[in-house]
Amino acid sequence: MGTRHKVLLLDDDVDLLDMYRQLLTQLPSEPEIYTATSGPRAMAMLEAEPFRLLICDLRMPKMDGLQVLSIVRRKHPELRTVALTSVADEQFRSRAYALGVDLFWYKPATEQEIKMFLECLESLLGRESEDGFRGVQSKSLVDIIQLECISQSSSVLRITNGGQTGKIWIHEGEVIDSEAGDLLGEPAFHKILSWRAGGFESLPAEPDRPRTILKSYNGLLLETAQAIDEKRATDGDGTAGPVSSSVPQLSQIEGIEFVLAMKPGQENPPMARGLENPERMAEWSRHTFRRFRGLGERLHAGPLVHFEGLGPQRNISLTTHGETEFCLGWKHSMTLDEVREMTKKIITLWAF
Amino acid sequence: MGFLNLFSKAAPTLLRLPSGSFTVDREGKVLVRTLPSSYPTELVEGIGEEMIAAFRDAAAAQLPLSEIVITYSSLKITARELRGGVIVFLSAKAHVISTE
Repeated sequence: MGTRHKVLLLDDDVDLLDMYRQLLTQLPSEPEIYTATSGPRAMAMLEAEPFRLLICDLRMPKMDGLQVLSIVRRKHPELRTVALTSVADEQFRSRAYALGVDLFWYKPATEQEIKMFLECLESLLGRESEDGFRGVQSKSLVDIIQLECISQSSSVLRITNGGQTGKIWIHEGEVIDSEAGDLLGEPAFHKILSWRAGGFESLPAEPDRPRTILKSYNGLLLETAQAIDEKRATDGDGTAGPVSSSVPQLSQIEGIEFVLAMKPGQENPPMARGLENPERMAEWSRHTFRRFRGLGERLHAGPLVHFEGLGPQRNISLTTHGETEFCLGWKHSMTLDEVREMTKKIITLWAF
Repeated sequence: MGFLNLFSKAAPTLLRLPSGSFTVDREGKVLVRTLPSSYPTELVEGIGEEMIAAFRDAAAAQLPLSEIVITYSSLKITARELRGGVIVFLSAKAHVISTE
């Protein structure tokens, strides 16, 4: 028998924890079940040993489920997460998905719902794929798309990667549209395919979705694979030196005054163009990122997406791509919409 | 169904993200607010303090700013500098997620 996965149940109600524990013992993969009655306790357990899955109640005193999930998604991106609630409120569902949870479930109230809940958990634990059946969790996104297309299926794939979400529409074996953040069509498809890990969810087909992608799925996948290969070759597989060569290229964008790219870790100095004192700007940027990520966690507002500042001398935008943080300086004559649009362009260029 | 009733419980309610505006003076004191009264004052004050500090830190870094827009996945915060104080607009985002 292979390694048993570990599942952590988090709920402030001890009776409910016992109930969940009983339910989860029915899972075919027989995971080891651990429980925690508070967010801080759960965080400590996740730090101490690797877990496969966290099932988290949303309503808890002090540190609620959204707060726990927002921290967990950042600190343990590989952990699969399930949010449970009895609050029928679409905003909480949206916020949970915005945090990048794999599943959002209203607490099962019927035997049928319990059965479906357990099936979803089993799928998340990845047992199906270990037995050689189709299990999305252990397959690459390319595998999934190829399976859907070869079988002439129609579906909508919803893909999450940390706080990012994308969708790919497949109709009768062809990729017809895609969406990732503000990107649509082929750029969105390339963007999603560049994510190295994430969660998948197959939604019902939307046959009326307008077709914006006209290439065959094989052509699309080939182009994406080439783009990823080229980027890895250019980046030297993520080492700091070659990446810095992208910064001068980005500084050619219209309206930009400076570019500052910061990778995590003391060993990675900031890469800059157009700045006399990049260290000082890097310090301000990092401090501002920390400040507003902290505020976001206190407000339970989800991940920080952008910071934009308009000023009499220049405009500023802060954003991230993967682990890289960017501080971009723009001409003060640019409007907020122009700054936002050009920031997206910079990030798109950086991604490829 | 007694078994299933165990899944429901009374617990603290989750806080909805607010929409509305407020102003704070240079000391961080909230002067006027149009946010729901149910939204905790300490969180409003916290936002105001962070905004004042952000404008101050930007100026110290020789990046004077008159407007800051912070976008979270579920909330947008817009702050405008107001003679040392700040006017802040909060807008909770309505996510559209397909549930068909």
